[in-house]
Amino acid sequence: MYGNAYIDPSLAPNKLTQDEDPIKLAEFEARIAAGDKIEPKDWMPTEYRKQLIRMIEQHAHSEIIGSLPEGTWITRAPGFRRKLALIAKVQDEVGHAQLLYSAAETLGKPREEMINDLISGKSKYSNVFNYPAITWADTAVIAWLIDAGAIVNQLANSKGSYGPYVRALDRICAEESFHLKYGHDNVVYLATGTPKQRQMVQEALTRWWPPIMHFFGPSDKISVHTETLMKWKVKMASNDDMRQTFLNMYVPKIWDLGLVLPDPNLKKNTETGLWEYTEPDWEEFKRVINGDGPCNAERLAVRRQAEEKGRWVRQALLSKDSRYVTPLV
Amino acid sequence: MKINSIDPRVNRSKIDPEKKFEEAKELDQWQTFEVFQQIKRGMHHQHVGCVHAPSPEIAFLFAKEQYARRGQCVNIWVVKSSDVFATEYEDADIFDSAPEKFHRDPSTYKVMDRIQAFKERQKS
Ligand SMILES: [Fe+2]
Ligand SMILES: [Fe+2]
Repeated sequence: MYGNAYIDPSLAPNKLTQDEDPIKLAEFEARIAAGDKIEPKDWMPTEYRKQLIRMIEQHAHSEIIGSLPEGTWITRAPGFRRKLALIAKVQDEVGHAQLLYSAAETLGKPREEMINDLISGKSKYSNVFNYPAITWADTAVIAWLIDAGAIVNQLANSKGSYGPYVRALDRICAEESFHLKYGHDNVVYLATGTPKQRQMVQEALTRWWPPIMHFFGPSDKISVHTETLMKWKVKMASNDDMRQTFLNMYVPKIWDLGLVLPDPNLKKNTETGLWEYTEPDWEEFKRVINGDGPCNAERLAVRRQAEEKGRWVRQALLSKDSRYVTPLV
Repeated sequence: MKINSIDPRVNRSKIDPEKKFEEAKELDQWQTFEVFQQIKRGMHHQHVGCVHAPSPEIAFLFAKEQYARRGQCVNIWVVKSSDVFATEYEDADIFDSAPEKFHRDPSTYKVMDRIQAFKERQKS
C-alpha cells in the first residue's frame, strides 16, 4: 500500500476507456508495450492520470508520515552515531516525499491540494504508520522490515511506465539501501545482545508483524481493471506477489537471529515454493486505514500543525512576481 | 480530545486534533525551480529534479539538501521552471531527419577507394 493502484472492481469493465480516442489510446499502449516511458505532456488516458496521481501522492504522504514514528526517537537515540544515522534517515524520507510530490505535480495536481487532501483525510497513506514506535527496538524493526517492504514495492514500481515517477524511484531506491542496512544493524545489535535487549527486539517484532503482513494490502481481486493497470505498467506486481517476495527474503533472516514470528502457520511450502501464513486481519486493516488506528489522529494533527506553523514564514518569503507552473521533473 | 503521544515533544506542543485546518492556497508552497547538478569538474551539469522555493537563493539551499546531501557535487544551477522553454514530444518528428544526414557522417567519406583507383591508373 506504499504506492499502489486500485480501481473499484464494481466499475463496468468497458467504462475505463470508453471515452478515449481509440487511435491515441492504441499509440499510447503501443509505446508502453515497446518499453518506452510516458512523459508529463504526452497524451494519456484519464484513468491512467488519475491512478498515477492517486498512487504517487499516496506514496509521498507515506514517506512524510512515515518519518514521524521514527522521528519520535531522534532525541532519545542510544548513542551519537545512531542519532546521526536516524536524523539522516528521517531527512531522506522527507526528501523522498518531496521528490514524489513533484512527480505527482507533473500530472496536474498542485502540491497545496495534496497537502490539503492529506490533512482532511481525503488521501490515504500507508497504514503501518498509524502504529506507534513504543521502544527503540520498534524503530529498529521499522527501519529494517518496513523499509524492506517499501523497497520491494518501490523496486517493482521503478519499472513502471511514467517517466517522472520512475526517475524519482531510482533516486529513492539508491538511498533505501542505507536505511535497510542501518535497520538490520540495529536489529542484529539487539538480537545478539543481553537477554533484556533480545526481549526488547522480540517484543517489537511481535507488535509489528501484523502491520507488516498488512503492508502490501489484501489479495488483489483478479479483474479487467487490474489487467489494464498492469498493461499500462501502473501496477507492476500483485499484492500477494510482493508479499511473497518479502517473506522469501526476510523470514529466513529473522529466524536466523533466533527470533520468533507470531504466526504458527508461517512456513514455506517446499512443493509450491510459496509461503503459507495465517490470513491477516483485514477488518483491522480497514478500520485503521479509515481513521480508527492508535495514531491516526496524532499523525494528521502533527502534520497539520507543521503546515500551520510554517505558513507565515512561507508567506513572508513569497515574492510578488512568483508564478506557479507545472514543474518539468 | 487530547493527544496522548509517546513523543514528549508532541505532548508539550498541546495540539488540538479537532482544530480545523485552514486550507493551503495557491503559491503557499511557492513556485518551482529546476535543478542542474555538476558532480565533477569537467562534466556537464545534469538536470536532477526540482525544488519548491521563493527565490533562487533559497532554491540553492533546498537543492543542496535535496540533491547533494550524499555523493559528490561541485556546482549547482537553479532555473525557474517557468523560464524553461521545451519542445513538445508531439513534435519529436522534427528530429527524425538527423540519421538521414549521411553527409554529416565521417564514415560515409571513402577516399581510399579513389586513391587506390588513381594509383592503379598511374601505374598503367
Ligand atoms: Fe523512503
Ligand atoms: Fe526508507
